[in-house]
Amino acid sequence: MTEKAMSSGTDPNSVRKMLVVQAPQAIAWRVFTEKMRTWWPLSNYKIGKANAVDAIIEPRIGGRWYEQGDDGSTCDWGTVLAWEPTSRLVLSWDIDANWQPDPSLKTEIEVRFIAEADNRTRVELEHRKLDRYGERRDEMRRIFDTEGDWGRLLEMFGRSAAA
Amino acid sequence: MATNAEQVLDALGDSTRRAIFKRLRGGARSVGELADGMDVSRPAVSQHLKVLKEARLVTDRAEGTRRLYAVDSRGIQAAKTWLDGFWNDALEAFKQAAEREAVRERERR
Repeated sequence: MTEKAMSSGTDPNSVRKMLVVQAPQAIAWRVFTEKMRTWWPLSNYKIGKANAVDAIIEPRIGGRWYEQGDDGSTCDWGTVLAWEPTSRLVLSWDIDANWQPDPSLKTEIEVRFIAEADNRTRVELEHRKLDRYGERRDEMRRIFDTEGDWGRLLEMFGRSAAA
Repeated sequence: MATNAEQVLDALGDSTRRAIFKRLRGGARSVGELADGMDVSRPAVSQHLKVLKEARLVTDRAEGTRRLYAVDSRGIQAAKTWLDGFWNDALEAFKQAAEREAVRERERR
């Protein structure tokens, strides 16, 4: 990240991130909630069978958060738990450790948008309740936070070089 | 996903495959073109391409009677995500999108 990310600390059930964007709070909110297709890594993180072309948040509590496929199909990711434009959003993330939809999973993503200046917004994100992943919690926490560190990378290169 | 990233790192842990991948970054090539100038047989090149393809580092397509191989960016993206973590990756992309939007908004005024 170009901005220093806030440390995720030591809570094993939560990942925290913070970043500062050079944009007014209302725009940061709008891009996050209405224009997810412009930034969400859809090609890597599509869940449904079709190629994902958009990610949509229905703007109300209880609204769906879903992926739209290029064949018109949709695949639910979660629901809107809190909707407070333009400052706070809580979504459930109901995708299991095998990247399959599981409506009962209910991990939570809270995003806060805090204006620091006219054109500067601090965005704080917490992905919590990772204990819902059960025995795969630590694995998933690494994926959401920073799975790869250079030590592990070098270890893997070493292993394949030795093979 | 994570498994893809590990496949990518494993695939690129081999020096011959790295050499093949590097040459493909210069543009799409056939097996024969790749084998030319390399100290590797065509069947061996095919085998390496298969590994690279499974890691989503290369794609192939038929062009007439030839099969051309080219770089597939998805594997590199997966490896990058593996290094950065999902939220770092997604939020960095969000930051860029929000800042682009802010610039557009200012220009509109």
